Amino acid sequence: MPESMPHTSHQPQQAFKSQQSQQPVLQLEELTRVHGSGATEVHALRGVNLSVFPGELVAVMGPSGSGKSTLLTIAGGLDSPTSGRVVVEGTDITTVGRKELAALRRRSIGYVFQDYNLIPALTAAENIALPRELDGVSARKARVSAVAALEEMGLGQLADRFPDEMSGGQQQRVAIARALVGDRRLVLADEPTGALDSETGESVLALLRARCDAGAAGILVTHEPRFAAWADRVVFLRDGSVVDETLRSQADSLLSGQAAAQ
Amino acid sequence: MSIRHGLLALLEHGPRYGSQLRTEFESRTGATWPLNVGQVYTTLARLERDGMVVQDGEDGAGHALYAITDAGRGELKSWFQRPVDRASPPRDELAIKLAMAVGAPGVDIRAVIQAQRHATLQAMQDYTRLKARALAAVEVESEDGEQARDDIAWLLVLEQLIFQTEAEARWLDHSESRLTRLSATAARRAENAPAAASPAPAGHDVTAVADTARTAPMPRSTRR
Repeated sequence: MPESMPHTSHQPQQAFKSQQSQQPVLQLEELTRVHGSGATEVHALRGVNLSVFPGELVAVMGPSGSGKSTLLTIAGGLDSPTSGRVVVEGTDITTVGRKELAALRRRSIGYVFQDYNLIPALTAAENIALPRELDGVSARKARVSAVAALEEMGLGQLADRFPDEMSGGQQQRVAIARALVGDRRLVLADEPTGALDSETGESVLALLRARCDAGAAGILVTHEPRFAAWADRVVFLRDGSVVDETLRSQADSLLSGQAAAQ
Repeated sequence: MSIRHGLLALLEHGPRYGSQLRTEFESRTGATWPLNVGQVYTTLARLERDGMVVQDGEDGAGHALYAITDAGRGELKSWFQRPVDRASPPRDELAIKLAMAVGAPGVDIRAVIQAQRHATLQAMQDYTRLKARALAAVEVESEDGEQARDDIAWLLVLEQLIFQTEAEARWLDHSESRLTRLSATAARRAENAPAAASPAPAGHDVTAVADTARTAPMPRSTRR
């Protein structure tokens, strides 16, 4: 895309006043990612800054090729930036060693993918317990907290089901539970509703929203405006740059008659 | 907007006075389309003139009550049966604005699109937050039947607003990618054509497309 992209009223602002005292769960600083070199060089990200605070869901929107997925994979430590910092819970994950990164990912970062990515041979509860077991928590303890996580989300009845015994929407809800089990409070969701009908997609989003309201921090990559609308902020990416973002909903002022003006 | 039929529908539940109708109309639609009492009384007067409502005494507090007549019920019934007229689409300022932005000198049409996308998404965020609350209200079983009906009605109205803004956002995305594709095509054509045949070198920017769109011959079928 051309360089003449509009930089419309881009005002990166803190979404919540009350959060300014809190540390962000995720902080991206001047993130760049260049694929290839020389003539085939592609700038997937060009100096992106983004912070996500506890309790906040941020939607990232943009046409394909705008850098949404690159942003998410770098935020989750699955790919490294060419330059810039990725700070998760206070640790710059671009500077830590392999082993430490793997541990940090297990403990702090949850993913939700379009195709659920549950392990087919494990039940819902086992899927959720696995990352904690890998982290040294006893199998019994991990299972107890997995079932508790499911129950807290109203999914207790799914605990002993295998992925192929669940609907897509149920699998995705289990994936959200897995993403936020234990101490994890950063969830990175890449088109989580992509494979779901719109009603089910809606309920998955409502769950993600509820988890963020309960204190998690989330990034949602989506091209569906209806799902992005569940977020506190919508960030627009174009050609690897943030060109614009909306702020937290002022829904209350709508009810007090601002809507009358429209 | 059919205030007439809205009022008839409310009067179907029994006689009501003017400001009561206004309150009930707004609690059904969540004050999305606020009415003033003046509008209510003007509409009631017309309905009365047309024989669809009659004045029906006063309540204890001395408010003049209105009641629906058989003619009013007939009109209401036929309103519910009849689809809303889509024959002449209402003027849409955004559509007109984008249409005017094509080829407008000094206007970056993509900036126009992004500014609107921002506003549209922001509105969707607002509606979605209200919807989440409305859903919670609907899920809590209300003892009060009237309240339950209002909650459901408000939810339906909100969802309509969400669908509408979603359609707008999708159309904006579509328009932007349409313009990008057109400008790429125009640029390719300009590269292939001999210099003399293309007086205005088409760049990669959208205004160039816009110019092309304005001056290039259109397929016959789209010409009016």
